[in-house]
Amino acid sequence: MVETSKKTDGRSVKARSLAYRKIKNSLVSILAGLSALLGLFILGWILFTVVERGFSAFNWAFFTELPNPPGMEGGGLANAMLGTIILTLLATLIGVPLGLLAGIYLSEFGKNSKFSEWVRFFANILMGTPSIIIGIFIYTILVVPFGHFSAYSGAVALAVMMFPVVARTTDDMLQMVPAAMRESALALGAPRWRTILEIVFRSAKNGLITGVLLAVARVSGETAPLLFTALNSPFWFSGLNEPTANLTVTIFNYAMSPYEDWQRMAWGASLLISAGVLAVTLTTRFLLKEKRI
Amino acid sequence: MKLFGKAGSRNLTDTAFKLTTMLGAALLLLIMAALFAELVRNSLLSIEKFGWSFIYTNVWDPVKEQFGAAASIWGTVVSTLIAMALAVPLGILIALFLVELLPERISKWVRTGVELLAAVPSIIFGMWGLFVFAPFMAETVQPFLRGVFGDSPLFSGPPIGIGMLTAGIILAFMILPFITAVVRDVFQMVPAVVKESAHGMGSTLWEVTSKVTIRYGFQGVVGAALLGLGRAIGETMAVTFVIGNSHKISASLFAPANSITATLANEFAEASEPIYLSSLIELGLVLFVLTFIIQVISQIWLKRVKKQMGVQ
Repeated sequence: MVETSKKTDGRSVKARSLAYRKIKNSLVSILAGLSALLGLFILGWILFTVVERGFSAFNWAFFTELPNPPGMEGGGLANAMLGTIILTLLATLIGVPLGLLAGIYLSEFGKNSKFSEWVRFFANILMGTPSIIIGIFIYTILVVPFGHFSAYSGAVALAVMMFPVVARTTDDMLQMVPAAMRESALALGAPRWRTILEIVFRSAKNGLITGVLLAVARVSGETAPLLFTALNSPFWFSGLNEPTANLTVTIFNYAMSPYEDWQRMAWGASLLISAGVLAVTLTTRFLLKEKRI
Repeated sequence: MKLFGKAGSRNLTDTAFKLTTMLGAALLLLIMAALFAELVRNSLLSIEKFGWSFIYTNVWDPVKEQFGAAASIWGTVVSTLIAMALAVPLGILIALFLVELLPERISKWVRTGVELLAAVPSIIFGMWGLFVFAPFMAETVQPFLRGVFGDSPLFSGPPIGIGMLTAGIILAFMILPFITAVVRDVFQMVPAVVKESAHGMGSTLWEVTSKVTIRYGFQGVVGAALLGLGRAIGETMAVTFVIGNSHKISASLFAPANSITATLANEFAEASEPIYLSSLIELGLVLFVLTFIIQVISQIWLKRVKKQMGVQ
């Protein structure tokens, strides 16, 4: 490296041939192309594996029956599918309204206040907090005091993850609505709350839906926050107070089991979860068009 | 905006509405505070018993009720470092490819593909990692590394596929889309004039990128790395599947190891003794503090970069 360089006040000036520079440039360009290919290849590899192995688990029983006891062939994950839907729905019902409220405050009432700045700051931090930590937190406040795992503690854990996502997207989306919209409604004599809910919300509709979908996509494939809250169960959903079967924790348990039939079912569940999450994500992208995930 | 808050009978509903939304916003702060308080409160037992030695000793003995989490913390740090070492250069290269080399028409699709990696749930990475990638590592990559580096202690031990290296590589795949996305934005923010002047001087594309674009956007690239770091360090399921769950610290990257998240995922539900549970929660506290610091730094950093680059 040193042989072609001479030092001039601390900086090395390298005299290199044009050919060398061009070759280096092509090499880096090729490497860049290969890196992008690698990224796409990994995505393809994962999706291919999930589809290939997942499909082989699909049959009537898989979608309609309860799991069989360990080691017994057959059975299905119908209870876990239902459980995942219930948990996600319940989390949405808790997390989305809270997120909308916080978002409204941030954009409409406290846009530039110090308080809002802190809320935004901590919303970002909460979004970046590992989901397993949120699982532990809910475990300490909802599972320990009541003495048992339950569907609602699982749903609350997911809701805590959705809350900041919805709050931040609502904040951003409402701020994009031109002030003239608000002013015209207010000038007509509409109260603030009606202006926000009926005028501002309507013009930001697509953005708000995107925010909600984004949050749903984020939590529906989550496992870690459910491990110590909803846990899992081999039975049908039997109330919000009981441990509840769900697809992701089932994948974890089944994949780690020594039974081939269980591992096969874990692949089936993987395909369902991946397809669901990717479908929601692609919908958000379509709605947002130019924006990123 | 105060102008429009008119006195009158409807003022009451408006005030109530405003207060409700404010409560929503305050709840977010409350959750954050409660989360921290609960983690501390539930770790107290372990903190009192083991003190700082919890962090630097390596014993994990639920039977004798002795806990020191060095192995898990070590595993988290090393697997994250492996992930960063792979994902940052790859992310920069991909961003370069997307911004400078591909026509916008195709670039859009490639970008979507790479970013979809971020949408794949962690547990799917785990499944694929355990059943597909780990065997591939054991049969192909690890023997190859062994062949190249010989008896280096880093690559000693049986190539079983599961272990620190595999966990690090899978983490790299998981954070790649985040790093790529941010670096891409940074590259696009570099004013065309700056790049063009370098091109005008006769620089090749790589020279422009390495000496102008990356330097100009250096802080942004660091921000991207911080973002990836924050993601990688708290990643749970994928790591749990492939890291191997061993509370031993080994010099070899092939050896099974553990991470904070993997220990939590594997042992939390079965921990019955109060001190065991408390130790696990303290482990969670350590992770929380780590991610908290990284998040704060990266947020402040990215804010500064955006301000400097003139983006609102």
